[in-house]
This record gives sequence, C-alpha cells and structure tokens, in this order.
Amino acid sequence: MADNSKAAPAPKENMGQPIARYEARQKVMGGKIYSSDLPVPGKKAYAWMVTSTIAKGRVTGIDETAAKAVPGVLMIMTHKNRPALGDIASFLKGGMFVTDNNTLSGPTIEHEGQPVAMVVAETFEGAREAAHKLKVGYAAESPSATFESPGVTTRPMGEINPRYKPVKFKDAAAALAGSAHRVDAEYSTPIQHHNSMELYSTTAYWDDGKLVLHEPSQFVWGLRKGAAAQMKMDEDNVRVKSPFVGGAFGGKGAITVRTALAALAARQLKRPVELVATRAQGFTISGNRQETQHKISLGCDAQGKLTGYDHSMWEFTSRVTPYNNGGLDNCAAMYDFGAVSGQNYIVQGDRNVPNFMRSPAEVPNIYALESAMNELAAAANIDPVAFRKMNDTRVNVTNGAPYTSRSVNACWDAAAASFGWDKRNPEPGSMRDGDWLIGWGCAMATYPTQMAPSAAKIVLRKNGTALIEVAAHDVGTGCYTIAAQAAGERLGIDPSRITVQMGDSRLPPGPISGGSISTASVTSAICDGCDRLLTSLGLTADDAKASDSADRLAAALARSGRPVAEATGAWAPIGAPDDAIDRLYDGGLVFVGGAGEKRTMFAFGAEMVEVRINARTREIRVPRMVGAFAAGRIMNPRTAHSQYMGGMIWGMASALLEATEIDHKRARYTNDNIAEYHLAVNADIPDVDVIMVPEVDDEINILGVKGIGELSNVGTAAAITDAVWHATGKRVRDLPVTIDKII
Amino acid sequence: MRPFDYQRPARAAEAVQAASANSMYHAGGTTVVDLMKLDVWRPDRLIDISGLSDTSYDFVQRKDGRLRIGALTRMSSLADNAMIRSDYPLLSDSLWLAASPQLRNMARLGGNVLQRTRCPYYRDTGYDQCNRRNPGSGCAALDGGVTRNHAVLGVSDQCIATYQGDWAQALIALDANVELLGKDGPRAIRFADLHRLPGDNPAQENNLRTGDLITAFSIPDKTWKRSKYLKIRDRESYAYALASAAVALDMEGDTVRDVRIGLGGVATVPWRASEAEAALKGQTLDEASATRAAQIAFSRAQGTQENAFKIKLGRETLVRALLETAQMEG
Ligand SMILES: Cc1cc2nc3c(=O)[nH]c(=O)nc-3n(C[C@H](O)[C@H](O)[C@H](O)COP(=O)(O)OP(=O)(O)OC[C@H]3O[C@@H](n4cnc5c(N)ncnc54)[C@H](O)[C@@H]3O)c2cc1C
Ligand code: SF4
Repeated sequence: MADNSKAAPAPKENMGQPIARYEARQKVMGGKIYSSDLPVPGKKAYAWMVTSTIAKGRVTGIDETAAKAVPGVLMIMTHKNRPALGDIASFLKGGMFVTDNNTLSGPTIEHEGQPVAMVVAETFEGAREAAHKLKVGYAAESPSATFESPGVTTRPMGEINPRYKPVKFKDAAAALAGSAHRVDAEYSTPIQHHNSMELYSTTAYWDDGKLVLHEPSQFVWGLRKGAAAQMKMDEDNVRVKSPFVGGAFGGKGAITVRTALAALAARQLKRPVELVATRAQGFTISGNRQETQHKISLGCDAQGKLTGYDHSMWEFTSRVTPYNNGGLDNCAAMYDFGAVSGQNYIVQGDRNVPNFMRSPAEVPNIYALESAMNELAAAANIDPVAFRKMNDTRVNVTNGAPYTSRSVNACWDAAAASFGWDKRNPEPGSMRDGDWLIGWGCAMATYPTQMAPSAAKIVLRKNGTALIEVAAHDVGTGCYTIAAQAAGERLGIDPSRITVQMGDSRLPPGPISGGSISTASVTSAICDGCDRLLTSLGLTADDAKASDSADRLAAALARSGRPVAEATGAWAPIGAPDDAIDRLYDGGLVFVGGAGEKRTMFAFGAEMVEVRINARTREIRVPRMVGAFAAGRIMNPRTAHSQYMGGMIWGMASALLEATEIDHKRARYTNDNIAEYHLAVNADIPDVDVIMVPEVDDEINILGVKGIGELSNVGTAAAITDAVWHATGKRVRDLPVTIDKII
Repeated sequence: MRPFDYQRPARAAEAVQAASANSMYHAGGTTVVDLMKLDVWRPDRLIDISGLSDTSYDFVQRKDGRLRIGALTRMSSLADNAMIRSDYPLLSDSLWLAASPQLRNMARLGGNVLQRTRCPYYRDTGYDQCNRRNPGSGCAALDGGVTRNHAVLGVSDQCIATYQGDWAQALIALDANVELLGKDGPRAIRFADLHRLPGDNPAQENNLRTGDLITAFSIPDKTWKRSKYLKIRDRESYAYALASAAVALDMEGDTVRDVRIGLGGVATVPWRASEAEAALKGQTLDEASATRAAQIAFSRAQGTQENAFKIKLGRETLVRALLETAQMEG
C-alpha cells in the first residue's frame, strides 16, 4: 500500500480534515472538465493567431493570397478589417486587461508576439497552414530588449504610479554608516513565464445576441465585465464558464487579446470559434514575471542587531503599459530594522506587458532581502537562524502596526529539528562527500495575508444535501473541496453531501483567484451565508455543532414549510471600503491585507535546503528541502500540503532552472517552449518535507485563514543560493544559478 | 504544416523508390512532425517507414564479430536491452539519459541519429537569418543572438549550432558503421562520415543521398563493459547536454590499452576526440593524464561570450567520465 500519510497529513490543532479533492479521480483519469472541453452548440471553427516576429516597428503589408487559397479558410482578420472594439484598460489604469491597447489596432508593433492577424478555418490544421502562408511585411527598428539595452527609459516608480510612496523610516544611511557589519550587494532575477500545463484558450459563441465564453479564468466576473465593455454590450449578455483551470499562477487573471479575437470571429461567422494560443504565443500574450535588479545595503551592530536597511529595486516593463510590482513596503515590515529606506524604479523597453506571477513582488524582493540577511549573518559570524530570531518583530517597525499573528520562530524550530540544522558546520566548503560539495542554506518564506469581498449562496434541501454557489475558481488548488468543508463545518453536514458550483459568471460573485485570497475570502462568505441560513431556520451555531445536526436541520426545514432553505452570504474583510460589496457585484477589485495602517497580516514559513554540487562539473542537485509553515487555520492538510510542496518545488526551480532567455539584439524570447524553458521535473525533486505549524489568528477573517498558495515559493531561492555559497564559498547573486555561473 | 502525401510501405525497396528530393522518411516522427508543425520542414511526401516488414529492422544481433542494431529499434528498447546494458553500458546510458520516456518509446534509432539542432533560430521561421535553414541568409546566433547552448567545436563562421543527440557520441566512439539501402542498392559508410561539419554550407547536414535509408548500425563486437556516458545539464532529466562524454576504456592494470571518446553538447556534429585518445593510449590513467587529454580535446575549441563556459565544462566532463569509467569493473 502506498503511504498516504505524507500527502495527506493528519490534522493538528486548528486544521480541517485531509479529505481528497472531489475531482481528483477525474483529473487523473483525464476527465473532460476544463473550459475547452465544454460542449458548444454547432460546429466549431478554429482560429490561429499570427504574431509579430519583430519587437519594434510597423507592419508594412500583409499578403493574404496564399493563405486565402488554403481549403477551409473562413476569415482573415488584420488591423485593416478588425471590427470596432470598446476601449480597454490594464490593471494599472483600473481595468482588467493585460494591456491598455486593443488588439489589431494598427500597424505599429510594440513587442514581439503581438498579434498581427487572425486566421479562422474549418480545421485546426487548416488555420495553422494558412497562418504560415500569410506573408507579413515589416519595417523593423532596433528594439530595447532588457536592462542595459540602448534606448530603455528608467524612472522612479512615482512617475508612473501616483499612489506609490518610497519607504522611509528614520535615517537608514546614518544607521548603516554606524554599523559594525554591513553587506552591500546587488541581486537580480530573470524573466520567467507561468507555463501552466493548460494553454491560453478561448472558445466563444453567440446565442441570440448573447456572448458565451469558455475560457480558463482566475476571475470570471472580471472577465465578463471586461469582455462586455470591449464588445460594447451589456454585462448581462455575457457569460463566462471556467469550471476548472489547468494551472494559472497569475497568467489567467488579466484579460488577454485572445478573448476579443475569438468573440469577434464567432460573431462574424455565426458559429463557435476556438482559439488556443500556442505554447510560444503564450509567452507574449499573457505576460510574464519581469526581470528585476536590486541593490541592498544591510547592517547590524556587533551583537547582530539590525541597524539600517536600504533597498533599491528596478523592474523591467513594457513601454506602452508599465505594469509593475513595487512591494518594498512589505519587505520593510519583515524584521526589527532600526531604519529603512526603499525606492523602486521601473525600466521600460520594447517588450510585452508583464503580468502577475505567483507571489509577484515577494519572489524577487524577498529573495534579495533574505539573501542579504544570510550574507550579513555570515559577516557577523552568527548562525542565520539565530540571526533572524534575534531580529524578529511583533510589529511593522515602520508604522507600529502589530502583526495579527506571526509564528515564524515556531517554523524555524520545526524546520531545524526536522532538517538537523544543528549539525551544520558554518564553514563554507566544509561538508564534502567524495566528489560532491554539500551546502546547507535557509531562508524565511512570507506572503501577505490578503482578502477580498465575496458572496456565496447556500441552498439546503430536504434530503439533507446542500448546494454552494459562488463564482470563485479552482485553479488546481482544491477550492471546490474546501468550500464544501467550510459549509459542512458551519452547517453540521458531511461535506460529501454538499455540491459546490464555481467558475461561472452567473453565480454570485467571488473574488479574483489571485493574491492567495480565495480560501480566506470564499470560506468567509460561505460562513456568512450558512449563518444566515441557520438564523432563517431559527437555528444557531450550537445546533450545527451538535452530533444530531443533520436531524435538527431537517426538522427546522420541515417546520419552515419551505421546499428548500436558501441564503446568500456577502462578506467584506476588515479594512475594506464601505462600498466593497457593491464593488464586488460590479465586477471590480478590492484587495485588503499585508502591511496595513492598523494591522500587519502575513503568513510565514522557514525553509532549509541541502544542495550537492559536483566538484568538477558543478551541476547542482537538491536532495532535500524542508519547509515549515504557519498560516492560520488550515482548511485541509492534504490540499495545503500539495500547495506547499508545489511552491517549494517551484522555488527550487526558480533558483536553479527557470529563466526565459531573450535575444538582446531582437528582443525576442528564444526558449519559448517547455523543452528548453526548464521547469523542474521529477528527477530534480527527491525529498520535500512539508511541516504545518499550528497557528490561530482570530483577527483576520471568520475562520482565521491565511492564504498559502503563494507562500512556500518565496524565499526558497535565497535558501538555495546560501546553500550554494556554503558548498562552494561562492555567492551567486544573479538567478538562476546555472552551471556556467559556478564552473 | 502544409499538405503532403503520406505513404506507409511494407518493403524497404518501395520506400527507397518512393523517395525524392523533397520527400522525407518518418520513423518515430518526433523530429519530423515537430519541425513540420513549426513550418521549418515542408516535405511534399512523408514516407512512414515504421511499418517496414520485408525483414526485421528492429533487432540486436551479434554475428561475425559485429554487433548489429536495426534502424527501427526504439530508443527505449535498446536502452533496456540486458546484453547492451552489461556489455555496452555507454550505448544504453546515452539513450536512457536522452529525451523523455514518451519520446524514447516513439523514436527509432535511425531517426535518432538524424535529429536536428535545437538552435532557436533554426526552429523558428520568424527569423530571417539562418544559414542552416535558409542558405546564404546569415546566422542570427552569431549576429548578436543567444548562444549559451551552441557549439564550441567544429564551428564555422556560418553556423555554430550544436548537434544535440546523445547516442551518436557512443556510436562514433565505437567506430560504428551505418548500413544503408539507396537507390543504387545497399552500402555501408562509417558513422563518422554520416554528418557534415557546417563549414561553408551548414544546410548540407549529412552525406546521405536522396533516398538513402538507414537500415542498421554495426559496431566491431568488442565488449566494452568499462564504458559510460556522462551527461551534464542544468536539469536532472529531460534536458539536452551542456556537455557530455561517451567513454570506453580497455585497461591493463592502470594503463590504457585502448580508449574511445565521443563528446556531446559541445560540437556541431557527433564528435570523436581522436587526439585525446592517442594521448592516453599506453599511459597510466590518472587525474594528470585525463586532464591532459581533456586539454587536447578542447585545444581548438572556440566559444562565444555566452558559451565559452562549455570549454571548461567539456574538459571537466571528460576528466570525470574517464576517471569514473576507470573505476568500473572491466
Ligand atoms: C522535447 C525533446 C527533447 C529531446 N531530448 C533529447 C535528448 O536529450 N537527447 C537526444 O539524443 N535526443 C533528444 N531528442 C531528440 C529525439 O531523440 C529525436 O527526435 C528522435 O530520436 C528522432 O527519432 P524519430 O524516430 O522520431 O525520428 P523521425 O522524426 O522520424 O526522423 C528524424 C529524421 O531522420 C530521418 N530518418 C528517420 N529514420 C530514417 C532512416 N531509417 N533512414 C534515413 N532517414 C531516416 C527522417 O527523415 C528525419 O529527417 C528530443 C526531442 C524532443 C522533441
Ligand atoms: S547557428 Fe546555425 S542553425 Fe543557428 S542560426 Fe546560425 S546558421 Fe542557423
């Protein structure tokens, strides 16, 4: 028998049951559960995008002769004949789109991979063939590819984002000047792409003037609102279905060019149209994690007490839509710094617009901060775990706002005990095993606890089953299962008797599935709905907790004389604006959490890794990783384990493997496929030990849940680079650490 | 992908006869179909040879002092052959460490040795410059492109694309021959003569004539129990070599009686390090002699700013492969 105890750990204090995901079997059996699997009325036509092979310049002409001659070609759309679209806006401008510019708007090329045409044909193969036969002429100009390229523009972030404020707490420069030990270092992180297994696909059809979109989405209400505006129609006439998402990681939150293209084609052809961006096209239509550079000075006194922290951060973004992350205010809340200054810059070039990618700000920023923490600990000759503990804080020092809970020290203890950290010889290069250099490293993981308003409808039936409806999303995390668990606990019903519906814009609005807010927000709305339902039946929480809860519910429902009992919950997090629920129902975005004015809300973890590096050929392997995490109530230790484990694997890959290569002359991505864009494979991951440290937080939301989806991939890279240093004596500050950097 | 004729003959002679300048054989299809989908290859006829049945093309045979391997043998099946694993570990290792299980199950050895480079500019018709794909158009890689994975040996000013296959390094090291059936009947050539250096004409990738069908590989059947394929890459599996070494040793005590060296991931074609072999023969195999051999093997290597690390890595890979192979049971 397989040992399930690792994948489905037994619950500890403040944790739910490790029940299996209800769709688990369908997933492993290849069930047709994703949006492009959904049936459509009529025969589908297939669209193929033709995308720009230059990064800057103009389209000078498009010769359609050969393409049109391909049998079965139904239409070719270019900027010359694209029907009118409504204006769109990116997140930065309050919209829901990746970019501010509509697709096929004119001949100007702003980045490689920008659509220049769409071909639609009877078959997928025909569309592809015609796309290859379309002759697009370009007048190319020299593009600015990345940092250090000629022609880039560098600006302080305030010039782009009026809400941005540099971090300033006391006099960091003075504090640094008086430090006994200090580290001044530069770090950088590469371009990365989400590369979800499921490609970016959209199937669109029209039904009596109404538009139906089958599209994997992290925000069906937002997609509906955006698509309606773009197609200049009433929101009620647009429906989005996205029952399951085959991986998103931020790439399916903002609306891409493909939605409008598929909708336009379907309207014109009066039949369903499916458009799937190829793997390579996915590299440019939905954005990426942008490359970043950091300059950090960090100091401490002779005893190891932190003095000053100065952090400058540059991120690369597009010229037309300067998406950016910022996020140094969160770094400033991490430790008991004596003084802090932080400033962000954005650098713009001829590139596609970046996008959210799993822990957008934290992955680069915390990597840089935690690396500097490790370097400073070494400079001060203090164990890096002890060093962090001595600089622990209960408040965000920059504004005095207390942490609602912070169990990072318990995480350090749990991780260290499991890893055997006390056996680490601090001397670099001291732990060798034959031809293999061994290094141990550690870093803190953290992620802001964020929440958004959510609604949820609960229906209780006479047969004792219940239905939950909420337009939340299961991006592969187990959201359906957790929703059933939350309602089951609140009502006193076995979760197997609860059906959950999600991923449909007809359902009551849920939050965007981003920022690790889903579980906290959705379970809160469900609890609110359940409480209302109980009240409407004249019941209380005590009835739901009773051992005969099912009987009490049944009796109350019978007494009420109603065929079913229904209630809609609506919940907004503390600190949200008064109109948060209205904005929710308007498809808008409201985010609360992290380093706030009154409260500081974060989840934490401690990660320890071992690397083995061949003394000659220098390949780096990671035989084991230990991560201990505390994130409030854990709804389901099985799904949580999977999130944590996946995150650590991602973090490891992001330290050692993942990087999108760019041609500096042509500003084009060259490894835009998953053979050469190296995600971790099984062979890279021998042992991942996930420890869940119990934590109770009564302040943050109804169940005390913190988001965990973006926690465990933060910090891993700093742990790994520290381990590389410990093995070799060499600090690599430019990720990923590939063989060429340490040979 | 453009329309093409598709044929699946049962007899090799039919396949050869059907071949023309713009036809292509399809064995496992993992290279052919891939490049056709990318519009890089536009054959007007695909001749699927996976069903050839006039005689077996999927075999491993020891006869008359030669080890013969059929061209339609799957990568996975040779990798897993017990005799090969015990007597020719490098032939098995180099396949185990290649591609992924799915690909190894599809791909045949004849197709394997003719796999094409992964140079990104070759694989994307959106780049105007690529001498290999489009003769005379220039080389995007050398003209400011990304070159981290490119070759340092056997390069020319027209092309520096790496030959990325693994198994070929073992074949070239073992003096393999390639058995062909051509328009003029059967013949054999040295495996070392199959591929062509890019030189002035990178588009001419091999010395096969129109219609030439690889039917088998044959190797002088000298058991090489002490042999190994060491493949170094950033990712532990499912990645091409940054550098690799196929090494076979025949030792008398500590002294090298015979040695064979093939180098992968670093050269434009399957690469035999003959001079390094010569320097080792009759010598004691130790760190110093292995290092000297590695110096010789890479003495004419030429790197770009991005791939120069492969010269050092290639040397270290060879030294490690030699020393590790020496530790094996003879
Ligand atoms: C993602 C990916 C990763 C890979 N990783 C690796 C790796 O790490 N190491 C490695 O070595 N390889 C790797 N490969 C390459 C793979 O091994 C080859 O694609 C495969 O071996 C080709 O075999 P096939 O039978 O599919 O050839 P096909 O695609 O059928 O044919 C390839 C070529 O050979 C010709 N051909 C085929 N058979 C014959 C014959 N009998 N006579 C004459 N011509 C013939 C075809 O016309 C064609 O030109 C990888 C491939 C992919 C797609
Ligand atoms: S290196 Fe060779 S294959 Fe690559 S672009 Fe240059 S000519 Fe083409």
